[in-house]
Amino acid sequence: MLNQTAAPAAGPKKRSWLRRHYGIYLFVLPAIGLYLTFSVYPILFSFVKSFTDWQLIGESPFVGLANYRTVLNDPHVGIAFKNALLNFVVSMPIQIVFGLLLAVVLDRPLRGRSFFRALFYIPVLVTWIVIIQLYLYMFNKDYGLINYLLLKTHLVDEGIDWLGSPTRTLVSVFAVGGWKGIGWSMLIFLAGLQSIPTDLYEASGLDGASRWQQFRYITLPGLRNTTVFVVVLLTIGAFNVFDQVFLLFTGTAPFEYDVPLSMIYNKAFTDLNFGYSAALSYVVAIVIVVVSLLQYKFMPKNAGSEG
Amino acid sequence: MGLRSRKLAAQTVRYLILIAFAVVTFLPFWNMIVVSFKPFQFAMEYPPKLIPTGLTLANYKEAWTTGSFGHYFKNSFVISIIATVGGTLVACMLAFAVSRYRFAGRGFIFAVFIGSMMIPGITFIIPQYLLLKNLHLLNSYSGLILLYVTGAVPFHMFLFKGFFDEIPKEMEEAVIVDGGNRWTFFSRVALQLSAPAIATSVIMNFNGNWGEFLGALTFMSEPEKWTLPVAIRMLQGAHATSYGLVFAASIISMLPILVLFVSFQRFIIKGIAAGAVKG
Repeated sequence: MLNQTAAPAAGPKKRSWLRRHYGIYLFVLPAIGLYLTFSVYPILFSFVKSFTDWQLIGESPFVGLANYRTVLNDPHVGIAFKNALLNFVVSMPIQIVFGLLLAVVLDRPLRGRSFFRALFYIPVLVTWIVIIQLYLYMFNKDYGLINYLLLKTHLVDEGIDWLGSPTRTLVSVFAVGGWKGIGWSMLIFLAGLQSIPTDLYEASGLDGASRWQQFRYITLPGLRNTTVFVVVLLTIGAFNVFDQVFLLFTGTAPFEYDVPLSMIYNKAFTDLNFGYSAALSYVVAIVIVVVSLLQYKFMPKNAGSEG
Repeated sequence: MGLRSRKLAAQTVRYLILIAFAVVTFLPFWNMIVVSFKPFQFAMEYPPKLIPTGLTLANYKEAWTTGSFGHYFKNSFVISIIATVGGTLVACMLAFAVSRYRFAGRGFIFAVFIGSMMIPGITFIIPQYLLLKNLHLLNSYSGLILLYVTGAVPFHMFLFKGFFDEIPKEMEEAVIVDGGNRWTFFSRVALQLSAPAIATSVIMNFNGNWGEFLGALTFMSEPEKWTLPVAIRMLQGAHATSYGLVFAASIISMLPILVLFVSFQRFIIKGIAAGAVKG
């Protein structure tokens, strides 16, 4: 740690410290002022309102834990969480496997390396609004490229109606989400690979280890912390899935398509049940916090940290 | 196999993997580009043609003029630029303070940030709406900009902090000895050493603001105030199957990001990785 001035205990010393260092607060105030006004206040506001029958205009009668009780007894909430879990199961392996593969391929010098890195990162940068249009076009049953390629390669005999059932639609759009995120996990794995000492590879090479053995016994163990980090962030991301589901289904699709955040949105903006919506969002937040803490706790760790 | 041919074989395998992935990454965008340059009646032809014939700019012209995308582009541009400069600057200053000084409230700031980052943003969109309404900031650039700046603070603060933590304190002492003050050190030394962090922060911030949808949709309901993502959404709603038009508008909206990314690419790859692992 490089903090150069420790805050002194109290008394006149403290006052002179403040006088000397009041400049620090000029660096802090803009961010904190904005954050208190536009984030903390709204968060507290909706937290308080989650215990009321929230009316946007007029009084909101206090109802205690009634909203939370309704949330916990609502079978639709279970479906929304199941869909988020489906997102995790579909998109996480895609991002881990291909992100790791590309990182390993791009870790050592190669002509065109920075071009490929940049290319693979582009889908991460493109907004879901654009990706969803592409999804609707390419996954169209009749003229989409995906069905065309599947038919051409005889993987299917008949075009698949991707938008025909909740499971099919969600699995395909979550897979697209995995594709979109490969560049992100690639970058994190690349950073993790930097921390593995190169002399390990050199020494094992001299001892006659094969590339596969090096990958299995040096690379993979060396990336353990990075992998934990990626998995935890992908879990949080999987439960925070919103844009693609919102853009595809909001206002048109039944609850089978909901994920937790789109349900929060629909409860407020479609059903105008604001208190329920606020309570649901705190339930979702608690689930996300608990799941990520559990993962940190139970994932294997090695002693040397690379981060 | 000799060492040399083994090396060559490994090299070939690496390129094959990269090229296969390049196709998987780029094919959807290529499909989109081709359709955007086709006359609209060919957008849904089967089998899909990936080699364009009969190119036309009609979709782009229509999007830019009749679709008012020139106007939405300007909205998005003004909002994103100001919010990006503001967000990066505010987060950077805070990061500088928390990285280099211990002061009252420092731990509290971390706790609030980490806690609030866990709560989905959608939770407080209604209180934010009510707040902007009371401040008469609905349908105004400033309202959306303030929210974007605020939303950027936690993540970008951690990004910059990772970089500032690495600057040795002797450097600051040297600046003070030479007659500089804290501001000199911040602007002349700390910022310059953190160029990759600034590049990363700027592009991630800009990209986030440029593509942000839900806030823009909720807080800017007047059509004149729409940003590009909202406008693309509305365009798609109005012309569900005019893919050529929607894709032309999408490509217009992607250009600034691509230009920015390609020009800062070298820094960004480093910065994102460092920020993510440390953050």
